[in-house]
Amino acid sequence: MTKITIIETVQNIVADLKDKPGALLPILHTVQNTLGYVPPESVPTIAKALNLSRAEVHGVISFYHYFRDTPAGKHTVRVCRAESCLAMDGKALESHVKTKLGIDYHETTADGKFSLEAVYCLGNCACSPAIQIDNDVYGRVTAESFNEILTEQSA
Amino acid sequence: MSITVYVPCDSSAVSLGANRVADAIAQEAQKRGIEINVVRNGSRGMYWLEPMVEVATDKGRVAYGAVKTSDVASLFDADFLNGGVHALNLGLTEEIPYLKKQQRLTFARVGITDPVSVEDYVAHDGYRGLKNALSYSQADIVKHVTDSGLRGRGGAAFPTGIKWNTVLNTPSEQKYIICNADEGDSGTFSDRMIMEGDPLVLIEGMTIAGIAVGATQGYIYLRIEYPHALEILNAAIANAYAANYLGENIQGSSKTFHLEVRQGAGAYVCGEETALMESLEGKRGLVRFKPPLPAISGLFGKPTVVNNVISLASVPVILDKGGEFYRDFGMGRSRGTLPLQLAGNLKHAGLVELAFGATLREVLYDFGGGSATGKPIRAVQVGGPLGSYLPESQFDTPLDYEAFAAIWAVLGHGGIVAFDETVDLAQMAKYSMEFCVEESCGKCTPCRIGSTRGYEVMDEIVAKRDLDKNIPLLRSLCDTMLNGSLCAMGGMTPYPVLSALNHFPEDFQGR
Repeated sequence: MTKITIIETVQNIVADLKDKPGALLPILHTVQNTLGYVPPESVPTIAKALNLSRAEVHGVISFYHYFRDTPAGKHTVRVCRAESCLAMDGKALESHVKTKLGIDYHETTADGKFSLEAVYCLGNCACSPAIQIDNDVYGRVTAESFNEILTEQSA
Repeated sequence: MSITVYVPCDSSAVSLGANRVADAIAQEAQKRGIEINVVRNGSRGMYWLEPMVEVATDKGRVAYGAVKTSDVASLFDADFLNGGVHALNLGLTEEIPYLKKQQRLTFARVGITDPVSVEDYVAHDGYRGLKNALSYSQADIVKHVTDSGLRGRGGAAFPTGIKWNTVLNTPSEQKYIICNADEGDSGTFSDRMIMEGDPLVLIEGMTIAGIAVGATQGYIYLRIEYPHALEILNAAIANAYAANYLGENIQGSSKTFHLEVRQGAGAYVCGEETALMESLEGKRGLVRFKPPLPAISGLFGKPTVVNNVISLASVPVILDKGGEFYRDFGMGRSRGTLPLQLAGNLKHAGLVELAFGATLREVLYDFGGGSATGKPIRAVQVGGPLGSYLPESQFDTPLDYEAFAAIWAVLGHGGIVAFDETVDLAQMAKYSMEFCVEESCGKCTPCRIGSTRGYEVMDEIVAKRDLDKNIPLLRSLCDTMLNGSLCAMGGMTPYPVLSALNHFPEDFQGR
């Protein structure tokens, strides 16, 4: 997407949502849902509409783990690092995922297919270890089942 | 008449393939020319049996599980639509001991109804609490909640009635009800199950809260990790508006209550109520100083009730059956029931709602069935990532807020994570510090710096370097964090760290 259309998209989103009480998070979510990330060039537009400084908007974006200021891969893989998954050998799954994808957390594969992020609990603790790919949660994941899921997603 | 088949839409069931099973059942029925009605219900909470398919028969619902897509054809061959015999047949759902032994008040409807159907909800005793509430004075509604002995189920266990009473008695043109649905604690999923399995009970609870204290706007602050819950909540809210259970002039009562879901963005600390309000206001989730209490000056500076999902979802049954009915469950000052979440290394992980007072051991073995790996359970963390690790010698502690406090542990939100003998508690203590580094909001020094120093010290300890120096240093650091932090994030990280050190010193010693 060119810079002009990014700004236009953000302007439309801001116009829709700016009058909500506490509008900043809903705006950032909608921007990220639409564009896949919150582009740094969108910050002045958002700041101006909400009567905030650019620093304040940047501060909010950088505070929350979920918001990203660079494009993600086609799919985002989130591996749960929390205790329940650790109790079910989540550590081994974590290393398998990293090796299999060939990337570490906050990185994207060279082909742009997968980004890898850590997550602290998916609420799937009765079916540990768990991962999430985009919106889909997977439970009792093994190295083998992860490979299968990856093949499905790559197809 | 077509036969009704239930396949959970609960995200844990879906994580084990429930969507594919539902599709396969619908396709197989079509192929065989059988008319069926597939309802996507919540989960009964027996996750080792998920995806668990239920069929409505004359005798009651018959359960089959765990069903894989490859089982579907054989289920039809075995006439499962009439409760036929099959290797996966579990008998009548209600008779499964795990479920039968529970005391389900808050979870009474979860797994039984179509989560987003107002009609189904009302047919299963829904909105009876609201009906009573509309006939009471505001003070009487609050009194029922106070009398019930309900304490905040999010973890802090503060009496809900007292909180509501403060908001009721604080005059303001605008007040708010916030549902804290930022269920970030590892090992907990009861909020998610309610939101996905019976969202209308939460909506009803929030509506009652709004009427009780005079708030016309509610927000559900939902964590980003729960996209399925978001969809189901939004559908249920839309249906409640359409049926005039939300909005203006609710059921002709002249009362108004509006409700909106807002998503968090992956910050654990936003489960702390003041950080949550900062986030709702569109700011960084930094913890606020207290006082002022949120009940007096909360969201946008207005009086605000902030309650956990389970607290609010327990309100309808209290208003339906009266505060005394609820209070008659439980022990000591812990009244009512607590939906426990069995997680981690357990054979039968799932949701167990019980009156307070059962022991941890009963829950771990009678319900949980021991470890999933078959090895002895060595440690159990109760109450999320800021809860203590309990050794086997403490398993006879009753599940009661005060009994847990007495052994320097927390019951919290009722999450129970079991570990077998392969666990290294020094590694877990190091992980707790690492988690605090990741999630500290950074406002206060003991938490922001303490966690980083704590991680460094734990790194040394795990490597068995200078233990004589490092273990006292860790204790001193924990003391500072415990007593100097602004909120539970830094203030309770020492619970898992020190309990690991105190109960499992062998993991911290040099080899």
